[in-house]
Amino acid sequence: MTTGSSSNTGPTHKLVEAGVTLLIALFGVIVIVGSLKAGINWGAEGPRAGFFPFYIGLFIVASSAINLWNGMREGNDRLFAEWGQLRQVLSVVIPTAIYVGAMPFIGLYVASIIFIAWFMRWLGKYRWLTVLAVAFGMPIVTYFIFERWFMVPLPKGPVEEWLGI
Amino acid sequence: MEELVNLFHGFAVALQPFNIMVMVLGIVLGVIIGVLPGLGGANGVAILLPLTFSMPPTSAIIMLSCIYWGALFGGAITSVLFNIPGEPWSVATTFDGYPMAQQGKAGEALTAAFTSSFVGALFAVAMITLVAPLVASFALQFGPAEKFAVYFLAFCSFVGLSKEPPFKTIAAMMIGFALAAVGLDSITGQLRLTFGFTELLNGFDFLIAVIGLFGIGEILLTMEEGLAFRGGNAKINLRVVLQTWKELPKYWMTSLRSCFIGCWMGVTPAGATPASFMSYGIAKRVAKNGKNFGKGEIEGVVAPETAAHAAGTAALLPMLSLGVPGSPTAAVLLGGLLIWGLQPGPMLFVEQKEFVWGLIASMYLGNIVGLLVVLTCVPIFAAILRVPFSIIAPLILVLCAIGAYSVHSSTFDVMLMLVFGVIGYLLKKCNYPLAPLVLAIVLGDKAEEAFRQSLLGSQGSLGVFLSNPLVSTIMILGLIALFWSVIQEGYTRLRSAVA
Repeated sequence: MTTGSSSNTGPTHKLVEAGVTLLIALFGVIVIVGSLKAGINWGAEGPRAGFFPFYIGLFIVASSAINLWNGMREGNDRLFAEWGQLRQVLSVVIPTAIYVGAMPFIGLYVASIIFIAWFMRWLGKYRWLTVLAVAFGMPIVTYFIFERWFMVPLPKGPVEEWLGI
Repeated sequence: MEELVNLFHGFAVALQPFNIMVMVLGIVLGVIIGVLPGLGGANGVAILLPLTFSMPPTSAIIMLSCIYWGALFGGAITSVLFNIPGEPWSVATTFDGYPMAQQGKAGEALTAAFTSSFVGALFAVAMITLVAPLVASFALQFGPAEKFAVYFLAFCSFVGLSKEPPFKTIAAMMIGFALAAVGLDSITGQLRLTFGFTELLNGFDFLIAVIGLFGIGEILLTMEEGLAFRGGNAKINLRVVLQTWKELPKYWMTSLRSCFIGCWMGVTPAGATPASFMSYGIAKRVAKNGKNFGKGEIEGVVAPETAAHAAGTAALLPMLSLGVPGSPTAAVLLGGLLIWGLQPGPMLFVEQKEFVWGLIASMYLGNIVGLLVVLTCVPIFAAILRVPFSIIAPLILVLCAIGAYSVHSSTFDVMLMLVFGVIGYLLKKCNYPLAPLVLAIVLGDKAEEAFRQSLLGSQGSLGVFLSNPLVSTIMILGLIALFWSVIQEGYTRLRSAVA
């Protein structure tokens, strides 16, 4: 497979890293706030529920501050990824999000068939015959391995109900 | 002596027909996992964990540990034939393995790699057999403060020995601890960090995190990089195998040294990746033909493979005897034990003898089965790699979704897995190590419990962690590990100043 992009532009590593570091710091702040709500002082049973996570939160914020400082000091301007590469990543993330979101309503099997078929046809440009063989083959194998042999139930939707599986 | 008797009982358990079948199945699945890009040992074990829910615990852990051995073997196939390290610890194997394959010596390289892996693993299992019971009986005397000190040492080792920037390792680790703290507090029974979301009552399951961070994250990275498989054919026949085996004893010194490096790095827990690099580096420096390393020297395959497998196996020693896993995959195995109601740690050797020794015996047998399977089936496994990524990727994604759902039969977990996947992609691209994050999710509760119980006993005084020689020694070792890179730098400066 190729990345399918000829452009050489994209977000800089520095910028994305700063964003990620700030998000981690924000997570640290949320942990601190949550810990304060749970109580961080000494109770009848010793340190209260928020005691340990409170200091963890402080560590997260402090190490993020140092990481942000270090990241900003670095003088490189290499790219985080090219726009084409990021498009490639999103072309997986977005359909996977739709697949995961649809699962509670249409069940795992139907969602998987559509997902695999879409992936192979759109990104792989396969013939319909190959697409259908893999798209239907995988869920059928999954059904036998997980549900029949190892008795692990998987989420089902109206189609499975109609088929009586 | 008692250990030997126990081990023989273990062999009797592991040699039951069902367990042997499970062993072969585990090895084959493991090699497939090791060969496929985007699926690693930790992630593979996590996805396949639900398959073992209906098995007895001993069979289940045998299957999971065999998946682990298989994944370790599988990494070598892609490194030698395709110059694609399936696992990070296989990177050093590509240096000489791939040039050998290009010179038409793929069979020799693979035989050397598999045999060395086998030797490394066998050495580490022998070490576990001898040392683990001693460590476990010693650890029986541990109170909460000592327990916390062991966790402290394990986590500090990650910071000091990691090749990523120390503050990024700390941040990643602390994220893991914070995620582990979400939900019901096991000591007070109080809810915390749930912010009113009922889905968070049980906290974040580390299996979901592993599948997302390692599985989905890796697929996204592979999609971004674009992947082209171009590899030589792998023809292994008996003649090549025997010829290579005849040559291998020449490198016994390299092998033995790599075994020691691997065991040390596996227990500490620096892990298989630094072990393989270190072993390769030392072999290159010491060997007579050192300057030929990188051009297709068989010794350059022997050194990293022996060390990586020894480290991967040795990582199970602290998991079994102390309850502290030495690698992310060992952490997933530990999670598996907890799911079956087994508490890893010193008591396991007392309360679950049959289980522990069955597992240790299966390590011996699993590696023998593994060696036979990979030596005979390399062409089949190599053929898997020729299946285009646009077919394999959706299948792996569906498998990840199934694995995530099966943990608690919850579609919320599948969504969470995707979120972890995106986070894993971003963190990995920004040089944050994922292994300490996962280990912190697994051990967070236990470390916190030990910490709070110690403080409760000492009325809040941190002096409890220096209150006796044992706990002080472990804590000081932890601090040395934490500041290891600073100490090393200072030492180098001092030496150059003196010179």
